[in-house]
Amino acid sequence: MPSFSLIHLQFLGWAALWTLGLSAIAFIGGGLVGFTVALMRISSNRVLRYAAIGYIQIVQGTPLLILLFLIYFGIAIVGFQEVPALFAAGLGLTIYASGFLAEIWRGCLQSVPKTQWEAAECLALTPWQRMTRVILPQAMRIATPPTVGFLVQIVKNTSLASVVGFVELAQAGKLINNSIFEPFTVFMVVAAIYFAICFPLSTWSRRLERKLNVGRG
Amino acid sequence: MTYQFDFSSLWAYWPEFLQGAWLTLQLSAVSTVLGFVLGTLCAIGRSDGPRWVRFLVASYVEIIRNTPLLVQVFIVYFGIATLGIRVSANMAAVIALVVNVAAYTCEIVRAGLESVHKSQLEAADCLGLSRPQIYWHVIIRPAIERVYPALTSQYVLLMLASSITSQISAEELTAVANRIQSDTFRSFETYIVVGLIYLALSFVVRIALGLFGLVVFVRRRKLGTAL
Repeated sequence: MPSFSLIHLQFLGWAALWTLGLSAIAFIGGGLVGFTVALMRISSNRVLRYAAIGYIQIVQGTPLLILLFLIYFGIAIVGFQEVPALFAAGLGLTIYASGFLAEIWRGCLQSVPKTQWEAAECLALTPWQRMTRVILPQAMRIATPPTVGFLVQIVKNTSLASVVGFVELAQAGKLINNSIFEPFTVFMVVAAIYFAICFPLSTWSRRLERKLNVGRG
Repeated sequence: MTYQFDFSSLWAYWPEFLQGAWLTLQLSAVSTVLGFVLGTLCAIGRSDGPRWVRFLVASYVEIIRNTPLLVQVFIVYFGIATLGIRVSANMAAVIALVVNVAAYTCEIVRAGLESVHKSQLEAADCLGLSRPQIYWHVIIRPAIERVYPALTSQYVLLMLASSITSQISAEELTAVANRIQSDTFRSFETYIVVGLIYLALSFVVRIALGLFGLVVFVRRRKLGTAL
């Protein structure tokens, strides 16, 4: 029986790149949707607000695994039979990330002191100017550490993309294990690679938190 | 879109859905309780233990929080088997979930422990409380009470994350759903139903944990703050 070798490690390396790619898709897509939902969530329009609340509750209240299954079978139903796994996985993770990022960013937007919103209004800034010139620059400072922290969650959760047929790091580990059956070695290496990606991110997030908190008060 | 939704064939399976939901609740309840105990012990060890204990706990927390639960589940499930011990998928699932959630609990509880003010300890000293009394009444209980909302969210997330253990065919709601959808060929409908069940479960778990908090932390008998 062949054992764990350099070829397997190379395969895992490629899979790790797919994990990174999928994470990037999820973060960018989730960021765009999530920011929109966060704005809806604090809008003065009641319909928009409740729609955003409903969306966040549904995304945060169902397991990512179920979301992925729903998208996988849902896409087939809408009439696309041959959709690449990357699309299904990217869409699922985008929805997942948007639900959580919306809630994180809403908190950050709302933690900008109310007086700043009022002052911007008194200066007769348009809502667009108020957001881009006054609120966002301050909110982004608050939002950076938790956003980087959430990146870790995204990277870890791409491991579930295998259920829609996407070969990323965890699935690659499973494939190798099916052929050589050395589960302990294989999954330890897989875990080590995830750790190598995630640990710098969480350390960075912690450092940002310390650094960016100093200036406030 | 020509697709016809058809939930009728799923009706026959309602006892199985219910059974799956019940299994998920059991799985997450056991993991929550054990994870809370282990996590709290870790938190105490990390903030008050000797240097090597702190280092050990810190490494454990970092490793668990920076690797996916799915991989942890695989390592536990296959790892135990490699050691020559036969263990059921459900058992492996509980072990993996406990090891996972204890690391998060440790961090949350530790934040609570660190928020206990020095003056509180001095006051307790002045009142002549014994060390164990101080530890229990002034440090641990108020700390846990303060971080209880964060713990609640973590345990709701744990309940949702328990779906991942279906990947080693532990018997819970998602595994039941996988079986039903391959029986009925009504995949989309099955996962819609299961998604709704999970939504209901997270709602119920949130309320239950909130009420539990009310009972345990008597001083907080105000519905608004606990729920």
